[in-house]
Amino acid sequence: MPTPILMPALSPTMTEGNLAKWHVKEGDTVSSGDVIAEIETDKATMEVEAVEEGTIGKIVVAEGTEGVAVNDVIAYLLEEGEDASAIPSDGAAPEAAPAPAADPAPSSTEAPANAPAGTSQTPTAPIAHAGGQVASVPDMDEDRFFKDTQRQTVREALRDAMAEEMRGDDKVFVMGEEVAEYQGAYKVTQGLLDEFGARRVIDTPITEHGFAGLAVGAAFGKLKPIVEFMTFNFAMQAIDQIINSAAKTLYMSGGQMGAQMVFRGPNGAASRVGAQHSQCYASWYAHCPGLKVIAPYSASDAKGLLKAAIRDPNPVIFLENEVLYGQSFDVPTDPDFVLPIGKAKIVRAGSDVTICAFSIMVGKALQAAEELAKEGIEAEVIDLRTIRPLDVETIVNSVKKTNRLVTAEEGWAFSGIGSELSALMMEHAFDYLDAPVVRVAGEDVPMPYAANLEKLALPQPENIFEAAKAVCYR
Amino acid sequence: MARAARKTSSSGSTTTRKRSTKTDASKAQMPSVEELTKYYRDMLLIRRFEEKAGQLYGMGLIGGFCHLYIGQEAVVVGMQAAIEPGDSVITAYRDHGHMLACGMESRGVMAELTGRIGGYSRGKGGSMHMFSREKDFFGGHGIVGAQVSIGNGLGFRHKYEGTDRVSLTYMGDGATNQGQVYESFNMAALWKLPTIFIIENNKYGMGTSQARAAAGTSLAERGHGYGIPGVQVDGMDVLAVKAAGEKAVAHCRAGKGPYILEIATYRYRGHSMSDPAKYRSKDEVTKMRQEHDPIDLLKKVMLEQGADEDALKKVDREIKDIITDAADFAQQSPEPDPAELYTDVLVEA
Repeated sequence: MPTPILMPALSPTMTEGNLAKWHVKEGDTVSSGDVIAEIETDKATMEVEAVEEGTIGKIVVAEGTEGVAVNDVIAYLLEEGEDASAIPSDGAAPEAAPAPAADPAPSSTEAPANAPAGTSQTPTAPIAHAGGQVASVPDMDEDRFFKDTQRQTVREALRDAMAEEMRGDDKVFVMGEEVAEYQGAYKVTQGLLDEFGARRVIDTPITEHGFAGLAVGAAFGKLKPIVEFMTFNFAMQAIDQIINSAAKTLYMSGGQMGAQMVFRGPNGAASRVGAQHSQCYASWYAHCPGLKVIAPYSASDAKGLLKAAIRDPNPVIFLENEVLYGQSFDVPTDPDFVLPIGKAKIVRAGSDVTICAFSIMVGKALQAAEELAKEGIEAEVIDLRTIRPLDVETIVNSVKKTNRLVTAEEGWAFSGIGSELSALMMEHAFDYLDAPVVRVAGEDVPMPYAANLEKLALPQPENIFEAAKAVCYR
Repeated sequence: MARAARKTSSSGSTTTRKRSTKTDASKAQMPSVEELTKYYRDMLLIRRFEEKAGQLYGMGLIGGFCHLYIGQEAVVVGMQAAIEPGDSVITAYRDHGHMLACGMESRGVMAELTGRIGGYSRGKGGSMHMFSREKDFFGGHGIVGAQVSIGNGLGFRHKYEGTDRVSLTYMGDGATNQGQVYESFNMAALWKLPTIFIIENNKYGMGTSQARAAAGTSLAERGHGYGIPGVQVDGMDVLAVKAAGEKAVAHCRAGKGPYILEIATYRYRGHSMSDPAKYRSKDEVTKMRQEHDPIDLLKKVMLEQGADEDALKKVDREIKDIITDAADFAQQSPEPDPAELYTDVLVEA
């Protein structure tokens, strides 16, 4: 049967074009790759090549014809032994190829008509679990681990978490700037080189993009890298590898190529280090499907969640805080103390207002709660611990009780975690709110250096205190 | 289908002097007609596959970007002949040829191009994003240069695990101006990683010629400051590529660190399907096709070596059947179920 040659598309959006020129005439023999015609649109001219060998049996669309629809038959090619009599006379394509992506994707229009607006468009709970179900993380009795504890700094707890996981799994290694011989820019990796050697505790050059990408490759190869960024400010150099390579490849590969790895380091403001070293990246990473994002406050959470992060088969962003490194907490001694990712923690129970915070802001929220108590306001303070997947259930249940929410974060308010929490309350707890949600956040400026200005730029316990009073109309 | 390439040429006879621009394949031991036929077959498979992909694109069955490998077939087939199972391969977005050369099924690759469930990424990756753990093919990456850091990580992994496997890390000439390529060169040399950086120099980064984008003339020498050996290779000659590849592989397997191959090649088609390629003359393209076509050149060598013309015709017919089958499959395979939208975002622990 003669092979129809169809009007090709130059781009996915092209619907028609001009047949500018024929390079062949009827009876010419062509082989695969020969240029047979030129077609043009308002944007470009392109050559049409023969895909198979044969003889041009008939030219259906004459040179110079304008407005030829994509997939119209423009000529017929005869194979060896065929002659022109086999060509259909009307020039119609014998059962033309399936129309080019003309069908609107049916799936997107099949949302149940009776579903409330919003539920079908935006999966409501879920952020982290793209399937649309609320993240159901099994409850865990954390308290039983606190029978035997030791007093540890956050720094020591993080180090122990890594050491314990490295002892149990040779595929786990840590790399970053100054992690080995210098013992860590903030001494988080202290002692690891001595115990595990240079093969597994690797000093890198100052080359964030390169070593983050290298670690992604190692993870594709089934190693389990822990990448330390000296601060998350420097991870901006590597964010393409974190998002485009680590977070998206599992999906792009249809589930074949996951990256089990942890990116960790201090995040947010330290003290007097200026704008380029003082930014909170929680909302940046929490925005992206394919990542988990953890930001612990206490040393016990730091340990239990870092161990969980190292064991998790997904890329995990682990946001630490330089100011917290030296603070001490009770930490369980049981090496099996591993916390579930995706569970918030009520760190202070209360009935009048819910305050959601993470990382260093948890401490400030607790301070504010003490002051509020003196005025007869009992605040419930929730440590989010995991930003993605977010424990929406715990927050909503609290707000159903207190009917008020204040969010607290160091990062900027615009498109921040507080903004996300506000939207979630609209979707899940609107009828329970007795006051608008108030966001306490960093001022909308790059971080200043001057001591007084820096203090003004960062959210303080007083700001949370005032916000809580305001939502209680006090 | 993974192939154990036999070492057929001793590396000693291949010239690798800097500026001696071409490795001289004729001095290397000539592979058997059987092996030559395999290279011919693999190159032809890629050529015909890409032609068919271009055709399906023109029919609207393939969407988005589609970067064809036509003209560059000898690079990946020659390199593949130099490695063994367990060696890893990674490249950027002009990746169909690499996948086929790694032994991935043409059906699965074509069905991914049409966005169907039978594709390697179940229709969720597209032309630029396919992978196969089984064939040690690690993608398929869309950000120019990013695959170089990742490929270096695959080299790191081979060394970490104490094997003598190597990482073939492909990039185009355009990628060689990305900063992370040099970050990778540095770490690879510093830690003696078994990474072979393969620069497929097709002379144009999209529409910008190498001369307008890159200072200096030799990309092979871009690793000089890091102490990485680099050679230029004639990428239209599959045997020259194979010989150079074997030398690079031996270097890496011996624990001597990374290696750079700048392989001069040429893409006949535009950067992507929607590129009319006005930045170069028709004569330039025609001359390459007529005088340097890698498949024609190999065919000539094979006939000189006593290959049977009818046998080659038989290969042509086999390839045609494979491609027809792949194209049929790619059109018949259903679109992914809507539920697929939500799968593979995270691995459930």
